[in-house]
Amino acid sequence: MPLIEAKNLSKSYGVIRAVSDVSFSVDRGEVIGFLGPNGAGKSTTMKMLAGHIRADSGTASIAGFEVAAESVAAKQHLGYSPEGAPAYGEMTVREFLRFAADLRGLADPAASVRETLALCRLEEVAAQTIDTLSKGYRMRVGFAQAVIHDPEVLILDEPTDGLDPNQKFEVRRILKEMAARKAVIISTHILEEVGELCTRVIVIAKGEVRCDESRDKFLARGPDLNAVFRKLTA
Amino acid sequence: MSSAPSSPSRFAPFTAIMRREFAGYFRTPLAYVFLAVFNAFAVSLAFFVGGLFESGVASLDRFFLYHPWLWAFLAPAAGARLWAEERRQGTIELLLTWPVTVWQAALGKFLAAWLFLACALLMTLPVAFTVGYLGNDGSRWNIITGPDWGVIAGGYAGSLLCAGSCLGIAAIASALTRNQVIAFVTGFLACFILVLVGYGVFDELLAGVLGSGGVDEIRRLGLWRNLEPFTLGLVDARPIAYFLSVAFAGLGLSTIIIERR
Repeated sequence: MPLIEAKNLSKSYGVIRAVSDVSFSVDRGEVIGFLGPNGAGKSTTMKMLAGHIRADSGTASIAGFEVAAESVAAKQHLGYSPEGAPAYGEMTVREFLRFAADLRGLADPAASVRETLALCRLEEVAAQTIDTLSKGYRMRVGFAQAVIHDPEVLILDEPTDGLDPNQKFEVRRILKEMAARKAVIISTHILEEVGELCTRVIVIAKGEVRCDESRDKFLARGPDLNAVFRKLTA
Repeated sequence: MSSAPSSPSRFAPFTAIMRREFAGYFRTPLAYVFLAVFNAFAVSLAFFVGGLFESGVASLDRFFLYHPWLWAFLAPAAGARLWAEERRQGTIELLLTWPVTVWQAALGKFLAAWLFLACALLMTLPVAFTVGYLGNDGSRWNIITGPDWGVIAGGYAGSLLCAGSCLGIAAIASALTRNQVIAFVTGFLACFILVLVGYGVFDELLAGVLGSGGVDEIRRLGLWRNLEPFTLGLVDARPIAYFLSVAFAGLGLSTIIIERR
């Protein structure tokens, strides 16, 4: 059974068709690089998988639970970080993660918070309010809330956006550590991430899947990935 | 890391949200400003406008008389953040992709806000004790036996229910927008209309349009009309049902709005 499954997902906003008949599945151990230009439908697809917006047609399931019908069960197996890593800015990092742990009903919330702070290297800012953090730390807080319950499925919308090279390295390191045990989707504009992190690539443009293949096959399309990307999304 | 439990308590998300929301009021100076304004106006209106002292009666009906006005203004102020702030910060996407139903989130938020309003109301208890003290005829235990504490408790219960109704309306306004100011103004206007219903000038205006029979029916929907029996020590199911219906209709509608966002 695939851990993530999208079947004929479609979504329109008024007359604009944001996502059109998108289907794919992701198994344990796979890290999907979800590529596409701005407005291609990446975030909308991820929001539908995470249960934030309803699909007009088609179904999404997480760990075997249909997102629309068994929403709470599906979300227990999901860690999701939306674009821009929103968080309650007036809370400290520790309070925010404790809230996430309590809400998820974790058996030992204090231990989960401690371990997540260590994993994401957030200990030194644990007592700071999120509003006062730099963008790099804020993105890591967004990542931390997504992994606090050690979910089987991770969906991360541009997790390395705006990070400096050191911070990107850190996030990729953590992802690589946990990837074998999970099904992961990351959306990104950064094509170099495909080679470093992903096992498979899905390219989406104008709401449609333009390419769904292994990393090696994708990298073999040509030496200039930017040119490959432009051609696929034209 | 600890993995997600197979069957976490149904109440875990609800209690976590309620705790966070209640504490959230005290993370900014807004809560303290709110509590100060509520108390200052509640006491000033009762003593200086309502003539509580001059009345010479150990009763709080003149104190509660102004509560619909206060709640119409302050419940939307406290309730404006319920959903509008989640939308502005983008955290609504986070909250609703955690394992929580919209109902659990909405109820947790609503009850936290109601509890906050209850705190504001409880801070006016010294007014009740002052009335008890002023009504003292000199006997040692008069503070306990003098004023009718049952009537006073009824007044407080009625005021709290009235606050819940205004909060229900504020919840709808907050669910409709990401702007807290718009949420506040819309909520205030809706509550303000419910306060006006039952007041002489407004009733005369309505009578011109609907006739006197129609006004009688509409007057039943006024906040003061429903709060008044509590301040007189009358326990009637109708005003209780009215306040709870408005509160939970508001909660229900705001939940539906968020579900269909």
